[in-house]
Amino acid sequence: MMYHIELLLNGLMVGALYSLIALGFVLIYKASDVINFAQGELVMFAGYIVAASLQLYGLPLLLAILLGLGGMILLGYLVETIVLQHLVGRPVVAIIMATIGLASFLQGLAPFFWGIETKNIPLPISDEPLFLGDILLNRIEVIAGGLSLVLFGVVGWLFTKSRTGIALRAIADDQQVSLAMGIDVKHYFAVAWGIAGIVALVGAIIWGNAIGVDVQLALVGLKVFPVVILGGLDSILGAVVGGLIVGAVESMAAGFIDPYVGGGTKDFTPYVLMILVLMIRPYGLFGKEDIERV
Amino acid sequence: MIHRESGTFKRTYGEEMALYPFPLPRYTVLAVLVVVFAVVPYVASDYHLGLLNLIGIACLGAIGLNILVGYTGQISVGHAAFMSVGAYTAANLVVRGGLPWWVAMPCGGAMAALVGTFFGLPSLRIKGLYLAISTLAAQLIIEWVLNHVTYLSGGVGASIYVQRPTLFGFEMKSNFAFYYLIYLILMGGVVFALNLFRTHLGRSLIAVRDRDVAAEIIGINIFRTKLTAFAISSFYAGITGVLYTYYYGVANYEAFQLPISIQFLAMVIIGGLGSVLGSIFGAIFITMLPIGLDIALREIGFSLLGWDDSVVASIVTQVQLMMFGGLIMFFLVVEPDGLNKLWNNIKDYFKVWPFPYL
Repeated sequence: MMYHIELLLNGLMVGALYSLIALGFVLIYKASDVINFAQGELVMFAGYIVAASLQLYGLPLLLAILLGLGGMILLGYLVETIVLQHLVGRPVVAIIMATIGLASFLQGLAPFFWGIETKNIPLPISDEPLFLGDILLNRIEVIAGGLSLVLFGVVGWLFTKSRTGIALRAIADDQQVSLAMGIDVKHYFAVAWGIAGIVALVGAIIWGNAIGVDVQLALVGLKVFPVVILGGLDSILGAVVGGLIVGAVESMAAGFIDPYVGGGTKDFTPYVLMILVLMIRPYGLFGKEDIERV
Repeated sequence: MIHRESGTFKRTYGEEMALYPFPLPRYTVLAVLVVVFAVVPYVASDYHLGLLNLIGIACLGAIGLNILVGYTGQISVGHAAFMSVGAYTAANLVVRGGLPWWVAMPCGGAMAALVGTFFGLPSLRIKGLYLAISTLAAQLIIEWVLNHVTYLSGGVGASIYVQRPTLFGFEMKSNFAFYYLIYLILMGGVVFALNLFRTHLGRSLIAVRDRDVAAEIIGINIFRTKLTAFAISSFYAGITGVLYTYYYGVANYEAFQLPISIQFLAMVIIGGLGSVLGSIFGAIFITMLPIGLDIALREIGFSLLGWDDSVVASIVTQVQLMMFGGLIMFFLVVEPDGLNKLWNNIKDYFKVWPFPYL
């Protein structure tokens, strides 16, 4: 029984991280209707900037993080102005393909500059596990979970209360009307990408600390889709709940099924779950119900 | 196929609807066929024939994907997985069932069509981005199944070794013999695709792409049309997978992973969506890109930057990925109709040359 609770809790911790990465996806989708297939690559790129500043250039951690922050905001801005701005009004397929192209580009760019070797992001957090009664928890995962929650609070506040957030929600609702009301839509698209970049940076630092920074880090992006489909593409709350569910389900599935089939269940179950959701409730748990059916 | 259109008068409906209404393109097609089947295999070296074989296989897959993405407007990010379904089906039938390749190949295609249609089912309820995500799921699920169900994928390393196809006791061991097999199949694929879009079915595919609601109103059964598109496209993918298997001599899921799916999408986009000729351009371009890049990096790196082999080897993959992604984005932004549009521009220029003011 303890084993099961441990599986569940660890799954939830990882799930919190998935939510965090899915949050970047949802932000971009909400604001600009762009389906970002490069979210995992954004995380990888952020991880590369931080890890390279630490290891190759020997900068202190704080400076490396600030550098990552600047780099990700700049990257988001460039992607938006150079590529995506020109694709407004084009078929969904074109936009999806553009982000797939971006993913491939970033996968080449980061190791081209900073090498393919796995790098570490050492954080001043001890490796010792936490004990909750008899249950063993990974310290970094607990901190990551907490940090995710804080970040969600901040983004939630940003979206409901701040001027930027209100503009972003207006754009998500109706681009033309927003333009007519004097909202600089292009500027706010870039802002959305910038925020998504920051969120990716936080994910990258935590995830990169756990598994190291190399091109494999981008694979976490593949987990984003089950999470956002489950939670609803345009719902921040959905990203949280979806992430937690996906994390828990895959951890449990890995614990129960892996011994029989020899591993790999973790990569597989979220997608089966997702296909089921797509068949039954394509707009997800908290998504807007305006999916077009033909 | 640069030609003048004046002076050709059509007297019957049949002439109007001909695939090549003008005489010059007809001769050009004939000339291309002669070059492909009678000149190239005798002139090219074994290495170049190997490359041409790869290009031929890629062309077939790209045409199939273009039928789905370019003509029907449904995206598939799982095309490589459908290829692997064809590959493993044929490999199993040949190795375990002892069937000849000309039975196994269509069976592989049919199996891929079946699986492709199954994963196309969500397209009836959802479209666009949801479909992209659900085909992505197809890719990952099929990969996982092949990797873990050893009954299907032949145990260690999920590889099944096959021999080159034989015909009347002659084994097509050389690239030369295999060249004919691939290009004959490719010819069949091209002819089918070109003619498909002159039939009722082909036009309903285009109608579904252009405006699904309007298509339904004029009496097209969208349900059936979309699934047929998935079936045809996956059949092409299955045959492509079988050909890859025979070419490499082994069916292995690693040859059909997500990056390959994206490579095929890149072919279709760079070549030109909704064009058979464009698919061929794209397949040639993407297949040659790594080779050309390797040569270019060596030439430039050795002479100008003083690199050696190890430096080139260490960056070539990254440069390739960047070129890939960069080109996809470039074509989407600058020339959404791809290489095919550039080709048409050249044709249009020469149509009135040397009197461009006419």
